[in-house]
Order: sequence, then structure tokens, then C-alpha cells
Amino acid sequence: MKYQRQFGQVIWPFSFPQGQHVSILSTHLQKARYASATTEKRKFYENVSISQGEGGLYEINLDKRKLKTPGGKLFTVPNEALAIAVATEWDVQKDSLKFYTMHLTTLCNTALDNPTQRTEEQMISAALKFLETDTICYRVEEPPGLVELQRNEWDPVLNWIEQRYNVVIGSSTSIMGPQIPEETKETFRQHLNSYNFWSLTGLEYVITQLKSLVLSFGLIDRHLSVEQAVLLSRLEEEYQIQQWGNVEWVHDYDMYELQARTAAGAMFVHLSSESTAVKRKILQD
Amino acid sequence: MAAVTSPLRACRGILKELRIAKGSDYRNTLVYKHVLEQFRRNQFCRARMDALHAARTYLCLLTSTRMHLRLHERYHGRGDRALEEVAGLVGLRLPTQPGGKGWET
Repeated sequence: MKYQRQFGQVIWPFSFPQGQHVSILSTHLQKARYASATTEKRKFYENVSISQGEGGLYEINLDKRKLKTPGGKLFTVPNEALAIAVATEWDVQKDSLKFYTMHLTTLCNTALDNPTQRTEEQMISAALKFLETDTICYRVEEPPGLVELQRNEWDPVLNWIEQRYNVVIGSSTSIMGPQIPEETKETFRQHLNSYNFWSLTGLEYVITQLKSLVLSFGLIDRHLSVEQAVLLSRLEEEYQIQQWGNVEWVHDYDMYELQARTAAGAMFVHLSSESTAVKRKILQD
Repeated sequence: MAAVTSPLRACRGILKELRIAKGSDYRNTLVYKHVLEQFRRNQFCRARMDALHAARTYLCLLTSTRMHLRLHERYHGRGDRALEEVAGLVGLRLPTQPGGKGWET
């Protein structure tokens, strides 16, 4: 009821002076209803805080109410730094909540609700499968400028990951892509088995954004910065931009969105594995 | 290498973003205190490079989110004119259908 009155001018056909009823209004009506559920909503709180609840998990409080996931569960986060970052996402919202800017919150919701019922094994297998279509491994044969750019920018990253993990990946110009040896996949699988469910959720997100497992590992292992990883992911776009010019509302828009999402994903992975890392470091000392 | 290579610059960058996002009372926020504490704590420890990478990642998150939102509102924002006004701009009028089209809610 409250939301209908909020959008009263758009929804209620009889509030128009002539009582006009145009078909486009019904789209607005549907958009307004969906908008309140998915993209935007009015800010309904003043203060954001965090508190520690059961099992040492952190909760987000919006005024007196505890934040819940879209699935209805209590929103809980395994460590304080991530809780603070999520709380900040809610704290900086102005009059309307823009959910599409709250990437960390979205990732937490995905991890908590697991709406597609993924298992860790499925996520690892999906990640390894992605290697077969890794952006870094797919090379063009022309134009020569792009061929050289790919060689100069992508080969070093390939070398890095092959050395770091002692694997063979290689690149290919064929439409079938590179042939990834089984030993390579096994090595990565062993490595990914040490990731917990939250970290895998984050990693999967980063791989989807960057369209490359190699670049994702480069970022997560702190070999690349977010800006570098995004640039390398968008190498062909950047090449075309240099040739044909930049269009702000497409190119910059895409780049900033990709950077924001990738940065959130990387932070999510690091913070989700942090608690165990600290324990390991203490044990090693 | 990106321009932000030193911890000091990363810290300043984050605080600047927080000030833009929160306004004048950004110093009262949890995140402000947490960021300062992290920078103080990690100055000389072994995980310094890790902490710097984390800081640069967070700075990238804040900056990119803001820039993306800015571009979104500039180019994809909702128009502020009413439908009749827009139609009127090109000399058209909306049709009158007093009974509605029947299939609309």
C-alpha cells in the first residue's frame, strides 16, 4: 500500500487530470513494482551498525532492524572487515537504495542463500572448465597490432601462472582453443580445494567478470591489481578504442562497472579466506 | 603500474572517497576507524604488500562504484519530464481512452 501511494502519480490512472489511460503507463506500473523489489527502493533507515551474534558471526543493523537476505535468512558475515565494508555500502546510500552498486552485499546474499544450490565441487569444476575458453589463451591472427598487443600483454601473465603453479597452459589461435593437459587441471583443482564456499563464490564471480581464470588467479594471488586485470581482460576493447575513439557512455561505463564488480569479488575472496589465513600464520610462527 | 603505489596515497584515496560518499561526518564511521587502524597496524609487518593490495582494491571499488553510478545517472537515468510534456515537445497529444484498454491492471 505504502509503495503504491509513493508511485501514485505513475500507477494510479485516475490521478491524471483527464483520466487518460495510456498503454505505456502499465509498463511504468510494472516497472515501479519491480523497481521496488529489485533495482531501487526508498532508504528506510538512518543509522547502520554492525554487531556480533551467534557463533561469532557479524550482523548488519539498519536502525533497529537486522538485515536479512532476499531468501529471508539472517544476514551474517564471517569476519569484521567484510561486515564493515557491507555496512558502508548501506551507509552511503542516499534517498533511494541502489542495489546495483552494492556488490559486496550481493555477493554475501549469493553465498548465504545459494539460490542455484551449487556445491563446492561443481564450482571448482566450472572454474576449471572455464580454462578451456580463457580469454588469455585465445589469440587472434589479425590485425597485426592486436596480435602484438596480445603477445606483449598476455604472454607475461601466462608465463607467471605457469611458473607459479608449475603447469602448462599455452595459447592458441584455433577456434577450438588451447588443449589444457589433465595435470594442469589437477594442480589447479588441488589448489582450489583449499578454498571455502564463500571464497569459491567470490572466485566464480571474478572469473565470470574477467572472462579468464588466468587473470582471476593473477588478481587473487596479488600479482595484478584490479585495474591491470580489467585492462588485460578488455584488451581488445582498449585496442579498438585506441583505433576508433572512446564513447563514454559505453566504454567508460562498462569499464567502471567491471572494475567495481571485480574489485568487490577480489575483496570478497580475500576477506572470506582471511580468518583461516590468520590462524595458519599464527600456527606457523 | 598505477599511480597509487604507496600506502600513503592509497590511504588518502580511500579517505577522500569516504568523504565524498558520506559527507562531513565521515570520520565518525566504522569504516574510517577500521581503515586507519589497518594502515597503522600493517606498516612494518610481513603482510605489508598484501595489505597494500587490499587497500588499492578497496580504493578501486569505491572509485569505480562512484564513477559507474555517475555515468549511470547521466546517461541512463529516468527522465524528469511527464509523458504528456514529452509528447507535446513534438506536437503530439496522447490518446484519450476513458474506459482504459481493458487488459490493464
